[in-house]
Amino acid sequence: MAKKPKNKRRDFLQLSTVTLGAVGTAAFIWPFLKSMSPAEDTLAAGSTEVDISAIEEGQSITIKWRGKPVFIKKRTKDEIDAAKMVQASDLRDPQDDADRVQKEEWLVLVGVCTHLGCVPLGQKVSDMKGEYDGWYCPCHGSHYDTSGRIRKGPAPKNLDVPPYTFLNDNTIKIG
Amino acid sequence: MDKNRKVHQFKNPVLNWIEFRLPIISYFKKEYGDYPMPKNCNYFWSFGALATITLVTMIVSGIFLAMNYTPHTDMAFDSVERIMRDVNYGWLMRYIHSNGAAFFFIIVYIHIVRAMYFGSYKYPRELNWILGVFIFLLMMATSFLGYTLPWGQMSYWGATVITNLFSAIPFIGEGLKTWLLGDYNVGNATLNRFFALHYVLPFVIFGVVGLHVAAVHVHGSNNPDGIDIKTNNDSVNFFPYMLIKDTVAMCAFGVAISAVIFFGPNLMAEVDNYIPADPLVTPAHIVPNWYLAPFYAILRAVPDKLGGVLLMFGAIVILFVLPWLDRSKVRSCNYRPIYKWFMMGFFVNFFALGYVGMLPAEGLYLLIARVGLLYYFGFFFIITPFVGWIEKPSKLPLSISDVYAKNIAPNIGGGEKGIPSPAMQKDTNL
Amino acid sequence: MRLLLIIFLLFSSNLFAAEMSTEKMPKHDWSFKGVTGTFDRAAIQRGYKVYREVCAGCHSMKLLYYRDLIDVGFSEAQVKVIASEYTVLDGPNDDGEMFERPARPADRFVNPYANDNEARANNNGAYPPDLSVITKARKYGVDYIYNLLLGYVEPPKGMEVGNGMWYNKWMAGNQIAMPAPIADGSVDYDDGTDNNAEQLSADVTHFLHWAAEPEMEERKNLGIKVILFFIILGTIVYLAKNRLWRDVT
Repeated sequence: MAKKPKNKRRDFLQLSTVTLGAVGTAAFIWPFLKSMSPAEDTLAAGSTEVDISAIEEGQSITIKWRGKPVFIKKRTKDEIDAAKMVQASDLRDPQDDADRVQKEEWLVLVGVCTHLGCVPLGQKVSDMKGEYDGWYCPCHGSHYDTSGRIRKGPAPKNLDVPPYTFLNDNTIKIG
Repeated sequence: MDKNRKVHQFKNPVLNWIEFRLPIISYFKKEYGDYPMPKNCNYFWSFGALATITLVTMIVSGIFLAMNYTPHTDMAFDSVERIMRDVNYGWLMRYIHSNGAAFFFIIVYIHIVRAMYFGSYKYPRELNWILGVFIFLLMMATSFLGYTLPWGQMSYWGATVITNLFSAIPFIGEGLKTWLLGDYNVGNATLNRFFALHYVLPFVIFGVVGLHVAAVHVHGSNNPDGIDIKTNNDSVNFFPYMLIKDTVAMCAFGVAISAVIFFGPNLMAEVDNYIPADPLVTPAHIVPNWYLAPFYAILRAVPDKLGGVLLMFGAIVILFVLPWLDRSKVRSCNYRPIYKWFMMGFFVNFFALGYVGMLPAEGLYLLIARVGLLYYFGFFFIITPFVGWIEKPSKLPLSISDVYAKNIAPNIGGGEKGIPSPAMQKDTNL
Repeated sequence: MRLLLIIFLLFSSNLFAAEMSTEKMPKHDWSFKGVTGTFDRAAIQRGYKVYREVCAGCHSMKLLYYRDLIDVGFSEAQVKVIASEYTVLDGPNDDGEMFERPARPADRFVNPYANDNEARANNNGAYPPDLSVITKARKYGVDYIYNLLLGYVEPPKGMEVGNGMWYNKWMAGNQIAMPAPIADGSVDYDDGTDNNAEQLSADVTHFLHWAAEPEMEERKNLGIKVILFFIILGTIVYLAKNRLWRDVT
C-alpha cells in the first residue's frame, strides 16, 4: 500500500468526512430530542384567562393552570392591612406584600404548599385558615398569611405567585 | 475461570482494564477491524449494513412515536394526527417511521436478491440463510402489526382480513382467531395487544440479526464470483476498506430515502388510511402495504380459503429449504448460464406478483397471479433441483485476487493508479 | 361475432358510465406543488372564509385548532375574534352543570353536529366526512377535491339518479349525496379577488390542503438541506473511497 506522498489529500478528505459525519449525526439527533419538548397543544394550554368580575370581596376561587390549582382572592381591607403591616425581615422567606401583588386587592397564588406539594386549605369559608388567617396546609401544619407567606410550619418558601397580567379590570391571564 | 488465558495488551491503560474484564475491544477489532472481506465484493454487499442502520432508525423513531401515541380505538387516529401537527418534529418522526418501513423492505429484498443470485445461501452458509428468512418473517409480522396502529380504514380492514385467515384452520380456527383478537372482531383489545407486540418484536429482530451477523463472520462473506478466499491477497480488511464503501452506500440511501420522506411522504401510503376506521364501511379495495403484496397475491390466487392460507405461508416456508433444493456446487449465477435466467425470471415474477397483489383479484390480474404462483413454486420445486443437476457451469476464475486485478482494479476512479498486482504485471510486462 | 362485439361496445358506454369516469383527472396548477412549492397564504385565508360560510355547516374539521390559523397570516387578536364566534360546550361547573362558552384559540374547530348520528340524520343518512385530512384521504388529492366541487354536470341521457343524490362527474359511482356547494358568487371576498366558482373551489381546496399538511413548507425546506448534505457527504466519501482503494492491487 503506497503511503506518505498522498497524505495531505487523504487527511483533508478524512477530516472533512469525519466532520461532516459528526455534524450530520448531531443534526439527526436534534429533532428527536426537540420532539420531547412540550408540544404545541400543551403550550397552548399553558395560559388560562379567568373572568374575575363575579368574585366578591373576601371570596377566593380556585382555577386550574398547567395542571395545578391557582388561588385568586379578592382581599378585604383588613386582610390587606394585616399583610402590609408585617416586617419582611421577620419572615422566613422575606417578601413585602407589595412585591407579591399587582393590584393590592387581588392576590394570585399557586395553591401548592412549598413543603411537599399538598394543596392548602383556606379557599372555602368553612375551611381552617391557620393562625395567620390565610391558608393552612393539613399535611404537615404549614401556616400562610393573608399574603400567602409562610409564617409557621415546615414549608421553606412563600406560596408561589404565578406570572399573570390584567387584560382588563375583569380578566386576568395566568401564564 | 482461566486466569492464565492470553489477554491482548493495548497501549491505553483504560482499554486494558476493560479488555481484561470483558474482551470487547479485541472482539470489535477482530470482527470489524481486521476482519477479512473478499476484495471483489460489489455494492450489493452493503445492503446488510444498510438494513442494520434502517432497523436502528426504525427502533429509535418508533420509541419517540410511542412517547405520544395512544393505543385506544377512540384515540389512536387522533394521537397520530397530534404527532403530525402538535409534537415538535412529530411529522418527521412519523414519516421516517412509515417510509423507513418501506425502505427496510426494499433493502432486505435487494439483500435477498444478492443472497439468491450469488449463492450466499449455499454451503457453509445455510444456517445464516435460515436466520435471514426468519428475520424476514419477523419483519412481515412487525410491519403488519404496526400498520394497524394508526387505526385508519386500511389498518382496521387489513387486520380483519388477515386475522380472518386463521379461522380457515380446521377445528381450532375460530377459537384461535378469537384468542388472537381478544374479542369476536378486531377492536380495542386487538389494537392494544398489537401495539405491545409491535413494540417488542423489533428487539427480537435485533437479537436474530446479531446471530445472523455472527454466523456470517464464522466463514466470512460470500463474493460475486462465489469462490472462497484462499490467500491474503484475496481479501481486504473490513476497516477501512469496506466501512468506507458502506458509508458511500449509506449516503446514496440517505439521498433516496430523504427524497421520499421530505418530498413524497405519502407516495407509498394508502389514501384510505387517512380515513378513521369504520367497522360498518368496507373500503372498495382492501390491500396490505405494497411490500406484503406478493404474498397477498398468492393468497388470493387460490379459490379455496384454507388452500390460499397454506400456499401463502408455504411461499415463505419454502425459502427455508432452498439450500437443500439447489444441488449445484457452483454458487454464483454469474457462472451458471442457464439457472441465471430462471433466477432473474424469479425476481421479475416476484415483482409481478407484487404488482397484481395491489390490484383487484379479477380478470387479467387474477390470471397473472395464478401464473406467478405456479412459477414461484415451480422455480423452487422443479427448476432449481433439475437445472442444478443438468447444468454445465462456466469456468470459475483462478482466484479472487485474479478477478479483482483483471476486472475491478483498472476501473477504480480516475487519476493515478497504484502498484499493479503480480497477475497484472505478468500480462503487461512491467 | 365481430359485429356483435362492436354493437355491444357501442351500447355499453352507459354501462361504463356507471363506473368512475375513465377520463384522466385534470391537474390544476397549485402553488404548493414541486420541490420549492409554498402555500399561498392569501388563498388559504380566502379558502377558510369559503369553508366557514359554505362547508362548516355540515363538515367538521376537528383536528384543527383555532390557534392554527395564526400560521396562515391571521393575527392573534383576529384569531381570538374568529374563535369567539363559535360556542363550545364546557363544564361541569361548580354546580355540576355543563355550560356553553365562546371558543378560545386553544379550542378545536367546533363541530356542526353533536355526534355522527345527528350528522347523518340531518343529511339524508349520509355522513359529511370530516375535512381535516381530506386531501390526503382521496386518490388524486387536491385535484380530486377541486374537480369534484366543479363536477356537478347534467347526468348522461337515460341515467337514473337516486333519491336525494346528485350526479357528479368525479365521485366514485358518479352519485353524491351533497348538493353542489359552490356556485359563482357564493362567497364574497374581502380582498376583492374574483369570486367565480373556479376561484372559490381553488381557494377552499388550497385551504384544505394546508389543513391536511400544515408542516409542508418546513418539511420541504428541511428536505433540501438534508438531501444536499447527503450529496456532499456522499461525494466526499466516494472520493475518499476511490483514493483508498486505488492502492489495493
